[in-house]
Amino acid sequence: MNPYLIQIDSICKKYPGVLANNNVSFNIRKGRIHALLGENGAGKSTLVKILYGLVSSDSGNIFLNNEKINFNSPSEAKIKGIGMVFQHFSLFESLTVSENLILGLEEKISFKKLKEKAIEISKKYDLSLDLNSPINTLSAGEKQSVEIVRALLQEPKILIMDEPTSVLTPIEAEVLFKVLKKLTEEGKTILYITHKLEEVIKNCNEVTIMRSGNVITTCNAEAETKETLAIKMLGYKVRSLITDYSSIKNNILFEVKNLSINFKDPYKKNLTNISFTLREGEIFGIAGVAGNGQTELMELLTGENTGNIEGEIIFENKNITKLRTKTRRELSIGFVTEDRLGHSAVPELSLSENILLSQFPGNKFSKMGILNFKEIKSYTENVISKFNVKTPNEKVSAKNLSGGNLQKFVIGREVISKPKVLIISQPTWGVDAGAESFIRESLIKLSKEGTSLLIISQDLDELVEITHSLSVISNGYLSKPIETKNLNIEKLGIMMGGEID
Amino acid sequence: MEKLISIIPRGSSSQSMFILAPIFAIFLTLLFGSLIFILMDYDPIVALKTFFISPISNFYGISELLVKATPLALIAVGLSFCFKNNIYNIGAEGQLTMGAIFGGGVGIYFYDSSSFLVLPMMILAGAIGGALWGMIPALLKTKFNTNEILTSLMLSYVALLILDYLVVGPWRDPDGFNFPKTRPFGETGRMPVLFGGLRIHFGLIITLILLAVSWFVYSKTMFGYQLKVSGFSPRAARFAGFNKNFLIFSAFAICGAFAGIAGIGEVSGPIGLLYRDISPNYGFTAIIVCFLGRLHPLGIMFASLVIALTYLGAEDAQLFLQIPASVGFVFQGLVLFFLLGTDLLVNFKLKLKT
Repeated sequence: MNPYLIQIDSICKKYPGVLANNNVSFNIRKGRIHALLGENGAGKSTLVKILYGLVSSDSGNIFLNNEKINFNSPSEAKIKGIGMVFQHFSLFESLTVSENLILGLEEKISFKKLKEKAIEISKKYDLSLDLNSPINTLSAGEKQSVEIVRALLQEPKILIMDEPTSVLTPIEAEVLFKVLKKLTEEGKTILYITHKLEEVIKNCNEVTIMRSGNVITTCNAEAETKETLAIKMLGYKVRSLITDYSSIKNNILFEVKNLSINFKDPYKKNLTNISFTLREGEIFGIAGVAGNGQTELMELLTGENTGNIEGEIIFENKNITKLRTKTRRELSIGFVTEDRLGHSAVPELSLSENILLSQFPGNKFSKMGILNFKEIKSYTENVISKFNVKTPNEKVSAKNLSGGNLQKFVIGREVISKPKVLIISQPTWGVDAGAESFIRESLIKLSKEGTSLLIISQDLDELVEITHSLSVISNGYLSKPIETKNLNIEKLGIMMGGEID
Repeated sequence: MEKLISIIPRGSSSQSMFILAPIFAIFLTLLFGSLIFILMDYDPIVALKTFFISPISNFYGISELLVKATPLALIAVGLSFCFKNNIYNIGAEGQLTMGAIFGGGVGIYFYDSSSFLVLPMMILAGAIGGALWGMIPALLKTKFNTNEILTSLMLSYVALLILDYLVVGPWRDPDGFNFPKTRPFGETGRMPVLFGGLRIHFGLIITLILLAVSWFVYSKTMFGYQLKVSGFSPRAARFAGFNKNFLIFSAFAICGAFAGIAGIGEVSGPIGLLYRDISPNYGFTAIIVCFLGRLHPLGIMFASLVIALTYLGAEDAQLFLQIPASVGFVFQGLVLFFLLGTDLLVNFKLKLKT
């Protein structure tokens, strides 16, 4: 008798330029929480998409209960009992919960029957669900409950969860794991995709580790520790960077005073009384779950939004609240936004053309409006070599670089000009481990040379690793700063859940 | 739910196919054009020859081709400033008309002046007139967020009606037997012809210079770079801190000025006065020229010759084969249709569901 519910055998999938899955094989037992662990870009999502019928593999087989399966669409996967909860919610924001539920169903069912079924499921698993509220009034955790109920309505045997905790507070995550546990007790199987080590150790039974398209190993999660998993996942031992407070001078370089903004757009987060200071040589972090006002704050800091703002942004005793992005750069303030493609770089343009997006005093890229190609080329080559950007030359389009390389490029573009202040959102989002540590080290080095850095990140480990002090942003409010060395993870979690101060 | 054919992005598009697509489009146009001729009971070989070859088989024909290609190329390169920036100015016809009115007004006022400054003043006035007319949709777009496609198009008809009013009203030729036209410009208000006996005029030289200048601006200046970035990615342009409104205004102003110069080139060149029908839709046809030429000055130069030929061919076809001249517009439409089709196939592939 075959003990495995799902057998994945030698799956290969190639995308232009990347081998996303290279002979991926592992087996999943029934009634278990099976983790698929790996860095962003390790090939987890590709594999899951193949399993769920969203993409087709180049070669290899998948067996479900000894039966070979090859789905052409998610609806075929659903019929065979595979459900999926995506990392990014696929809900219609302006519709109600029950409307969203009925839209996801393959079969035709009356609203009354649907509501009965939904209430039954939500009671059984302690999922809070108000069927009549519109999605846009729900918190991330509640939205996820909707997604889970929607998947469970199909009565799946296997539930795929793609990085489900990335938008949840620690408390919401706890609730989620209780639900998952209950599901396995009923004999359902969970494939749990994550890059968080702690979740694997605490909540999963088996774990398959992937790195750059390959399966490294499949092992018993309960027998592992965070360190052993990290080594397997990253391929080398994680170095923890020591935070050195000696580079901080006492003078305040950059200050935000009581910054508030109200938006008419209900999908934007209002900001309330945000204040912080950056001393010379200091790295200050803003932690928080996505969607709590980080994007809106970043737009005010870069100067992309200068309308209807209360409060002040002060740089070297000068009020810059109303200055445009370009003028702020001319004062020597650098920016790196969260989105690489289409925001801090133009995908269609070459690297050297992308250099021109961000110009500092001292850059001689043009004279009387006419471009100086020699200077642009040498600056670009400098960024490429100093930041280890893997590219054939500077004429390559930004879109052809991998995430990590492009991120090194857009950060290098700012760092090389040594701005007095550097403001970065998500410096290592979606980059490989090597690029991640390179970027973090270069930011620390920059701070030692006297630059003040503001780092907005959802990655707590990152903030702990490189900041001197940090605050938490929640629902548009910013907490008082805490020195990173005195940080208490439990307290931070509570703060991220909305209890500021 | 089940579709027979699905359209899937190719991911990366080939640069050579990007350049070859217009050539395929022209080939397909000829193929389908022959089909249309066959359906109309004409010998396709004779018809195509009359349409595309006989009009340019002598110097006079080539000169006429250049006369038509000149305004098309000039307007198209002006439009490329807008289209590169993702601004859909389709009101070049109105900007051309306004240029002709401003410049023509100067020409009428100084009709008996012998100063050599009359023509330069007319050209300048034409550029200003076109630019000002172009800046109205720019103002509406930046102030009230109106759609420039609608405003620029509607303003074209307003400009045409203003011209109409002027030539039947205040500017009507006092010695013109009540015909709806103005008094002819003086000798000093006419574009000099380049070769005796042919109609090809100095406007061609201006156009070539402006094509070269446009190429320089696109590829060598910060301004051209800013247009490119804001066309590709408005968010990146915001991140870089480029002044969006300035870019919108300048693209419209440049396009308007070029169209205005094209307008004054027409009225001070082949026509010599103002009347109702100064342009056979050059301002609209230039949109096709601009896309057929891939928004690139060199491409626009070639595309303008191809499209100019459809004008000449239509005239010859009407004259010698009694085919309605509007077949010329059918050909222009076919070129645009096939260009859009081949462009789709350059960027996407079709997948048949089995």
